[in-house]
Amino acid sequence: MAACGAAVEAAYWAKKNGDLKITLVDKAAMDRSGAVAMGLSAINQYLGIAKGDNTVEDYVKYVKNDLMGIARDDQVADIARHVDSSVHLFEKWGLPIWTNDEGNYVRGGRWQIMLNGESYKIIVAEAAKNALGTDNIYERVFITEPIMDGDRIAGAVGFSTRENKVYVFKAKAVLASMGGAVGVFKPRSTGEGLGRSWYPPFSSGSSAYFTMAAGAEMTCQEVRFIPVRFKDAYGPVGAWFLLFKSRATNAMGEEYMVTRRDELANWVPMAPLSLSLLTCVTTSVCWM
Amino acid sequence: MPSFVIAEKCDGCKGQDKTACMYICPNDLMVLDREIMKATNRDVSQCWECYCCVKICPQQAIDVRGYADFVPMGASCVPLRSSDSIMWTVKFRNGMLKRFKFPIRTTAEGEAVPDGGYTVDQDDLNNQLLFTEPYSVGTAELPALKK
Repeated sequence: MAACGAAVEAAYWAKKNGDLKITLVDKAAMDRSGAVAMGLSAINQYLGIAKGDNTVEDYVKYVKNDLMGIARDDQVADIARHVDSSVHLFEKWGLPIWTNDEGNYVRGGRWQIMLNGESYKIIVAEAAKNALGTDNIYERVFITEPIMDGDRIAGAVGFSTRENKVYVFKAKAVLASMGGAVGVFKPRSTGEGLGRSWYPPFSSGSSAYFTMAAGAEMTCQEVRFIPVRFKDAYGPVGAWFLLFKSRATNAMGEEYMVTRRDELANWVPMAPLSLSLLTCVTTSVCWM
Repeated sequence: MPSFVIAEKCDGCKGQDKTACMYICPNDLMVLDREIMKATNRDVSQCWECYCCVKICPQQAIDVRGYADFVPMGASCVPLRSSDSIMWTVKFRNGMLKRFKFPIRTTAEGEAVPDGGYTVDQDDLNNQLLFTEPYSVGTAELPALKK
């Protein structure tokens, strides 16, 4: 996803600055690579700034509250001010976003909008292909190492997952959008779901390694977010609660979000009572 | 629970250099046994159940074994994807059959225009605006934190 957006943006600026060559390298097939391979039913971050739904300040406040104060305002604000633009582009590219009679997006929650997003990744990949041209795209090449020229990036090395080939890409600048890392902690699912993970098994931490090996500093890793979900599975998320207003109960039939509500009082001012723990849990799944 | 190939239906994509499922699997799990011309999922523990192989198979020869609470024995949940919609056929254990059809895109396949038709007039790489902004945000200026 992120790499496709970067490709669309980079293609424009490359043309503006003397027809620079842009090459995109994907570990899998661009149509279905990465964490959005299966499609999504909602986008969990849309501010609606133009229509006055929310402001950048609102979003920063929400994220800082959700992460118990441990977040950098500048980073959160930077994502917040650009996200509406990305969502509007997705819609223009062909992503079906639910709208109501007034033509406004249907919201699952304050920050969420609902989609028919089965082909989310295919649509975004298509925009990237149309921007770059398929001749500039390599698929099934797994990038493993940066090439450094002193303190400067000079390219990347990878191997084909299909042939006995090693690729060396020389570049003046590299954008690394290779996903997060899964399997860092032991999965807690048991029985049928043993070993099952919420994040894709193929997100192997390439971004973290590649950027660290190139000298980047990792920041904001102080938060370990544990989604409180159900036995044997890592769902449901977002829409199940927010749109369908489902209620979660434990094995004793207790609606614990209601009966344990007082727990929130211990976390004031970070989690005021107006914000239920439920929304803390379900809305932090970020689509980037 | 992983995807699996229904051997009777798989034709190995008729001996092309790779099968559709090999092309699409995000984790490169599908392999073709050229002796019997059948594909298989080579590592079920690495399967994310994303259904990409199920949706792309031209023979509808791939299914996913769902979790018992979602797809109990005797039930099934099968997608059929076309160029503009997807139909899920859900069979319940008591024989009840339901079909759900959803649109998957609003533009024709291959027609995604990178700038989305927005005015594009940015020429300074050093400012904070992305190439379709501020028009694609819908505001006169890029929103900023109020100091």
